[in-house]
Amino acid sequence: MAKIVYQRPKSLKEAVFHYCPGCGHSIVHRIIAEVIDELGIRGITIGVPPAGCAVLAYNYFDVDMIEAPHGRGPAMASAIKRSLPDRVVFSYQGDGDLAAIGIAESFHAANRGENITIIFINNAVYGMTGGQMAPTTMLEQKTTTSPLGRNNKLDGYPVKVSEIFSQLQGVTYLERCMVNSPANVNKTKKAIKKAFQCQINGHGFSLIEILSPCPTNWKMNAVNSCKWIDEVMSKVFPPGVFKDDIPAATKTAEVDS
Amino acid sequence: MNKVLMSGNFIICEAAIRAGCRFYAGYPITPQNEIPEYMAEHMRKAEGGIFIQSESEIVAINMIAGASAAGLRAMTSSSSPGISLKQEGISSMAACELPGVVVNIMRGGPGLGNIRPSQGDYFQATRGGGHGDYRTIVLAPATCQELADLTMAAFDLADKYRNPVMILADGMMGQMMEPVTFKKPKPRIYNKKFMLQGAGSGKSKFIRGLILDPIDMEEHNWKLARKYEVISKKEPRHEEYNINNAKMIIVAYGTAARIAKGAIKRLQNNGMNIGLFRPVTLWPFPEQQLRSLSAKVKNYLVFEMSTGQMLEDIRLALQGYADIRFHGRPGGAVPTPAELANVIARIYERTVK
Repeated sequence: MAKIVYQRPKSLKEAVFHYCPGCGHSIVHRIIAEVIDELGIRGITIGVPPAGCAVLAYNYFDVDMIEAPHGRGPAMASAIKRSLPDRVVFSYQGDGDLAAIGIAESFHAANRGENITIIFINNAVYGMTGGQMAPTTMLEQKTTTSPLGRNNKLDGYPVKVSEIFSQLQGVTYLERCMVNSPANVNKTKKAIKKAFQCQINGHGFSLIEILSPCPTNWKMNAVNSCKWIDEVMSKVFPPGVFKDDIPAATKTAEVDS
Repeated sequence: MNKVLMSGNFIICEAAIRAGCRFYAGYPITPQNEIPEYMAEHMRKAEGGIFIQSESEIVAINMIAGASAAGLRAMTSSSSPGISLKQEGISSMAACELPGVVVNIMRGGPGLGNIRPSQGDYFQATRGGGHGDYRTIVLAPATCQELADLTMAAFDLADKYRNPVMILADGMMGQMMEPVTFKKPKPRIYNKKFMLQGAGSGKSKFIRGLILDPIDMEEHNWKLARKYEVISKKEPRHEEYNINNAKMIIVAYGTAARIAKGAIKRLQNNGMNIGLFRPVTLWPFPEQQLRSLSAKVKNYLVFEMSTGQMLEDIRLALQGYADIRFHGRPGGAVPTPAELANVIARIYERTVK
């Protein structure tokens, strides 16, 4: 009998992603769904999709979801988690959603140490609206609202969310990952699993920043987009674990299991 | 239940907690700071009660939306400038059909205005306030007893129609003390199928306001409109005072109606027959009830602590069947009953006699 080595996660609906070819959202959706399956938490998970490309995430995740107004995901997720402390609550946000219009919501949810998980997709550009400058757009990077490249004197600097948020006492686990190669996708999945586990164990706020390709708005093909993450983006936004305050005892237990 | 002496803002909190509200989020702003202060202590003492001092008004309203979706009775409060910030969330809750109670202890505006009692937010409250085609039920208490009763009613109405409900009071109502009796709240009727608590082993669901297909969105708008139609028929509330034999009727709500009542009593002693029509629901506006009065009484004076906002609803209700005058004190100015009596007497002399 043939052995199944790869199949659609149960927490992902039978729907075709609307995302552009080469977009990182579909990869991240899939690995979140895999993690939900592996942890067996489909029935107790509540997701909060953002305004942005991932606004239709509820068409793909087979878990309860409530759409938040632009940037307000962490406010909603905080309230849901406080109301239903035994559920697993995650907010899924883009760079505009988290680091521009919703910076207060994200910052203070983190600072309160809300026991939620934020999945933060950083693609250095506003995707859904057609490629405008994001808070994470890098210096010199061309977008439709920085046509000559981001100019620090006029447009300021890219916001380094992981570096900033790791300073907050309320944050328990914070890692920056990439989804531009199979190895990095696996690493990202591990990070997401760790973050969800951190929440399930009641250890508090976790955020996984994911450098994710946006070939359409970067005006590159999928392969070059992945290369660009390695060669350019990861130099400004270096991957790694920025904060890990998960108590040591649980860490060992996880390794054993 | 015995009578207790409490100030308006505390009464709202106590009534909310007794009505089963278990989630409050808010941000300090005068003249409603007693609400988050009372909630910080008493909501956290209530079984399962959650209090969060949010980082902004926008966050507070979105927390209310989240808690409401999770199945809790939830409330936020603010004063005029803060209510402007909440409009995004109120619109979103109306779109997603999430119940919730929003308290507006109005102050002088526009802009930062001042911290004195005012009624300048009538348009914002009764016309939805945020973007899109929606309505919020608006309750306007005029006594501390009503603050308690209408706060409890607000939660019932919010659940019944799955819509945000606003308590529209002002700094005067929030700060004044009167004896109050807290009535027994009605048991909550709210279907679990509207709550988002995790799919369990069943089908997952989602709550959303974004409906990209225009035909589906149009149908959603009509669905909401049909609901508002039912509310307009079933829920208008008003109070009539001294209407029999009245030659003139004052139309006023909230604090303005209290002042008007004082003025009417004074003028009665001088032989002037003046009645009071006080809308208790500002949306739905009790227009049929007001219009039916116009068969008997032809002179109306609208008094508001604004430059004339409810006035437009009164013109629409009376449809030219009666003479309508207006007196307003905007920007935080609050006249005494004696001062208002002088104004009413002048108009009464000119129009009635």
